[in-house]
Amino acid sequence: MTNGTEGIRGASAFIGAATDGIGEAPGFSGQELAIRASLKAMQDAGVKASDIDGVFGALSAESMCGVAISEYLGIQPKYSNNNKIGGSTFLSLTHTAAMAIKNGLIETALIYYGSNQRSAFGRLAVSATHQSDYEGLYKPRFPMTSYALAASRHMYEYGTTREQLAQVAVAARQWAQLNPDAFMRDPLTIEDVMASRVISDPFSVRDCCLVTDGAGALIMTSAERAKDFRQKPVYLLGAAGEHWHKQISAMPDLTVTAASKSGPRALEMARLKPSDVDVIELYDAFTINTILFLEDLGFCPKGEGGRFVTDGHIAPGGGLPVNTNGGGLSCVHPGMYGIFTLIEGVQQLQGECNGRQIENAKVALCHGSGGVLSSQVTNILGTEETL
Amino acid sequence: MIKPLPELELPNQSPDTTYQEYLENNKFCIQHCNECRNFLFYPRLCCPHCTSVDLEWREASGNGTVYAVSIVRQRPEKGGDHNVVLIDLDEGPRMMSRVNGMPNEDIKIGMKVKASISVDTTGDGTTRMVVFTGV
Repeated sequence: MTNGTEGIRGASAFIGAATDGIGEAPGFSGQELAIRASLKAMQDAGVKASDIDGVFGALSAESMCGVAISEYLGIQPKYSNNNKIGGSTFLSLTHTAAMAIKNGLIETALIYYGSNQRSAFGRLAVSATHQSDYEGLYKPRFPMTSYALAASRHMYEYGTTREQLAQVAVAARQWAQLNPDAFMRDPLTIEDVMASRVISDPFSVRDCCLVTDGAGALIMTSAERAKDFRQKPVYLLGAAGEHWHKQISAMPDLTVTAASKSGPRALEMARLKPSDVDVIELYDAFTINTILFLEDLGFCPKGEGGRFVTDGHIAPGGGLPVNTNGGGLSCVHPGMYGIFTLIEGVQQLQGECNGRQIENAKVALCHGSGGVLSSQVTNILGTEETL
Repeated sequence: MIKPLPELELPNQSPDTTYQEYLENNKFCIQHCNECRNFLFYPRLCCPHCTSVDLEWREASGNGTVYAVSIVRQRPEKGGDHNVVLIDLDEGPRMMSRVNGMPNEDIKIGMKVKASISVDTTGDGTTRMVVFTGV
């Protein structure tokens, strides 16, 4: 077995990205939102449906979504894929798309997602996964309690505090205040987070992601073709994933995620190290995620995540820009947030982020998590000069 | 000529059913792998450590340690607060459960606990589950 680290470095690039219906989009189905985002991404890239020959993505309400989306848009793909590893799916699909592009199976790929969970249900759409009877018996609040258990263990082993968790929520909110598309932009303080209603200790409602509608789409093509389109290409320099468990009771160590494997492998493929990364987009379903992933991806030592995020270190104006759109905590969370880490990463490297733009950003690390800290996938994105 | 492989000896009923049958006889049993000598939980058809199907049911000691804890907050009319814990069994496997017999706030990670079987007849039919108390 090889570790595949040479793989797909710089073989493909993102040439278009768009979101739609962030927040509330009443009256639209999740599929319609995905179509709207796809049309915008195609326009952003300047590609027609007939240019697309690979279709990759997910819809929360349609398991045959690749077929449905292709039919709707009039695409006749040579290859389509909608794998089911949870919210990190999209970062795995870009990896697959890059391999398909590199080996000549396809030329141009659409990556899509859409969900209307807020307008349709008003709660987190997690019914797509079956909870184990061996856990369900004890009535955890799924999925919050699973993450809360991980937080409790991190607090026990490393002295992480509720205030440090709250720092993550406040930093996300401060970024959201710079993003006109973000759903929650009211001021938020550490005290507000700690005083809000506790749901599953140690989490209050402000430690948990939003429940919104929303859709996103990206267009990828080969590095050679990418130069012919209107947008500045953003290259996929590295991609890697790994998973160890489905249910939280089967996670080997609740303080270490498989991001500790996916991150270093993706960076190795990109021939970069954590200190080369200019902007970080993590799947922050809960405040503990940001802390765990910053540790596991190598931005601080294991156990130091809580201290690392204090004093606004990951907030606007801090040392390390993390979740610059406001994240799942304050921008958007329609159920499978992963695609938004990629869209924000691409737009940061294209220099299109206005008030929240990271100056001179050349390398973005985007990281998705699926299930309950289960499937971890990392993508490293870079501008032309990083090739 | 390739030697034919020995036939896999798979049980003729779901391990979930076997687990429940033990609980009905007031026994908390978990599987032991005769190949790699690890215990496993939840009940499976093969060992997650070595994929062997040579599994044997053994009564668990019932001794364990709290690995993680959360209190699910609910309004009193919805049943009030209850705890959810992960317990590391002395035999090795980890399971989700509940600690009874003490205030939720007093349940601490690292605490030693002992298993018992709780029988709940309030819903449809009878539910048997393994719960723990402090020792």
